[in-house]
Amino acid sequence: MPIQFPAEKYTGRIAEITLGATKEEGGTRARKVTVGGQAALNFHGADGAYPNPPAVAMEIYDVAPELPEEVVRALGPVLDRPAAWARKCVEDWHADLVCLKLKGTNPEAENRSPEDAARTVEEVLKAVGVPLVVYGSGAEEKDTRVMQVVGELLKKENCAIGQAENEKYKSISVASMGFGQSLVAFSNLDINLAKQLNILLTDFGVKRERILMDPLLGGLGYGLDYSYSVIERIRLAALAGDTMLQNPILVDTSIAWNAREATIGELAAGGDAARRGPAWEATTGIASMVAGADLLVMRHPEAVKMVKGAIAELKGGA
Amino acid sequence: MGLTALEIYKHLPKKNCTECGVPTCLAFAMQLASLKVKLEACPYVTEQAKAALAASSAPPIRLVKIGTGPNEVGIGDEVVLFRHDKTFFHPTALAGMVLDTSPEADIAAGAAGLNSLRTERVGLMMKLDMIAVRAAAGDPARFAHAVSVVRSKSDLPLVLVSDSAAAMEAGLKVAGKDRPLIHAATAANWEAMTKLAKDNKCPLAITAPGLDALSDLAAKVKGAGVEDIVLDIGEMPMGKALETLTALRRLTIKKSNRAVGYPVLMLVKDDELAPMRAALGVMKYASAVILERVDPATLYPLMTLRQNIYTDPQKPIQVKAGIYEIGKPTDGSPLMFTTNFSLTFFTVQGDIEKSKSPAYLMVLDTEGLSVMTAFAAGKLTPEMVEKMLNESGIKARLGHRKLIIPGIVARMSGKLCELTSWEVVVGPRDSSGIPSFMKTWK
Repeated sequence: MPIQFPAEKYTGRIAEITLGATKEEGGTRARKVTVGGQAALNFHGADGAYPNPPAVAMEIYDVAPELPEEVVRALGPVLDRPAAWARKCVEDWHADLVCLKLKGTNPEAENRSPEDAARTVEEVLKAVGVPLVVYGSGAEEKDTRVMQVVGELLKKENCAIGQAENEKYKSISVASMGFGQSLVAFSNLDINLAKQLNILLTDFGVKRERILMDPLLGGLGYGLDYSYSVIERIRLAALAGDTMLQNPILVDTSIAWNAREATIGELAAGGDAARRGPAWEATTGIASMVAGADLLVMRHPEAVKMVKGAIAELKGGA
Repeated sequence: MGLTALEIYKHLPKKNCTECGVPTCLAFAMQLASLKVKLEACPYVTEQAKAALAASSAPPIRLVKIGTGPNEVGIGDEVVLFRHDKTFFHPTALAGMVLDTSPEADIAAGAAGLNSLRTERVGLMMKLDMIAVRAAAGDPARFAHAVSVVRSKSDLPLVLVSDSAAAMEAGLKVAGKDRPLIHAATAANWEAMTKLAKDNKCPLAITAPGLDALSDLAAKVKGAGVEDIVLDIGEMPMGKALETLTALRRLTIKKSNRAVGYPVLMLVKDDELAPMRAALGVMKYASAVILERVDPATLYPLMTLRQNIYTDPQKPIQVKAGIYEIGKPTDGSPLMFTTNFSLTFFTVQGDIEKSKSPAYLMVLDTEGLSVMTAFAAGKLTPEMVEKMLNESGIKARLGHRKLIIPGIVARMSGKLCELTSWEVVVGPRDSSGIPSFMKTWK
């Protein structure tokens, strides 16, 4: 008797979120990106609907960040030019989206004004045609003012802004609803916290199909074991029918670079550091996708290349 | 999956003799159902009952051992689809490969190189588990010689790779006593390969296109007397590989399909996506991965991934909270703190040792979370640090009131200073900065 494929049937389905608005829709994006929408685990098209493979965003900053030497070498002299950096992400490294982190607005750092931030956003919008994810600095009061101005600018662009957190979600939620943006909801490595935040946000009025969940990714060797299972459990619970977890999952693999083993030159049995670092991030990336991540924010071009190569082959299914 | 205690009980002698060490047969059945005891502990069980129970108590995926002695690896014997359901038990065995077509010096250097790829990480050994020798020359004598060269350089278990029974026989003459994995039996050569496996008491990898063919071949091999079987799914794109690996794991765990109840092997070709293919195998049910080419720069992350995936999720690896002396600290030595996540602790400890300055390291109980994660999750607070300073007895051992805190939690310095009225010094963000930081410490 021939062996039947032992398919799993799930009752739940992940919300489908499209980012980016084209000219016809009133925006200026040349491309749109859709994530979520599946009724199966990632890359398990044999079980159920799997319309959208994971997408890859690359991070850029409004002010030159301090990055590991190997990353600086790979990115080239663009760290203090966000628009040029964004263009390289899209044109040279084929990022599906750009994630702009407005770290420089932090009052305890450069303390750039909301208007300065808006100028950066505008430059990046002009430089690339992909949808954006825009993060504040995490300083709540300042982020409120920054997102007022930045949100206005993104109004027709259908992008995503972040991050909403347990104790600080109201003003960013207001901005996301007011300006029609999707919202990145950040929780700390725990399925219940992730769910609780989704409940808070939807109670507050944010539409469920506007929320991207970021359940905190631990980098390879430094908490990935926890994240892998938290993401897997979130996704399985969602597919089993828990509507409060049926959101696309966003992760930030740049955290992989915090691992000393990703950057130190001399490491026993560790080979060439220039290849080890990107592999460290790419391994973190594929693990997050296999567990359930739908949108990856990444840092190193070589890691992006490996992860995109893996996505192309994995989505092929049978 | 397994039988329930009551189903097992029916087959037991019901004498309540207690000779198995359990008060009643029913209690014994319950322990048997939860795999806490072995059926052999019962002296009166009948042969019929043994046969009936053995079939159902055999693990859904057979445990196959490759190699002998301290380097022996066991693969298979997994019981869940997701690590959070219990844990994964037998980490994916990783193998590097050498070719018999290479010059002898290259084979020797290659084997020695693969053998040396081992290091300790968070207190656990990470290494390649096996070396595969491939017969590519088409000359049995040359293959045998290559195998002996590899054996002279490494004690790691071997995988002998050839579809020629003549080459395999030659290789086994050299290494057959060491229980290498024979790779591989196919529809064309299975009779000869199975005989070699049986005669040499070696595990046998089999390969065939598709699950039906694989299952049929496994049945034939088993029928011919070899039970230590490993299934090689063959070369395919990652999407198809994931589907095949998932199908096999589900068939064994959820459908109790014993015909494919064997560990699964994946051979990873040397191409740009090789690190991704190998990572997929480690996460999604490959019990062995043979890497055609090993790049230590990508193997190290792969071994780290394996460590992460095969860690028991119920038990975060933690060290004991308390004051640790590194070197021989005096009352003038610096005091730093970190969390009880083993990895964090080992890293910081290593870096302090590297600095060659003795120090006290205060380890806080953050339930096994790293500094950043614990801080973000509210499990590392200035209040906790203050409490530990007061209750650990460290005050009496110090002639100063200075505390070095991880740079990554610089944000807690103000509050901490307020609470303790100690001088709070913000240390490096990454522990690798400790050696240079220590030079500036007074």
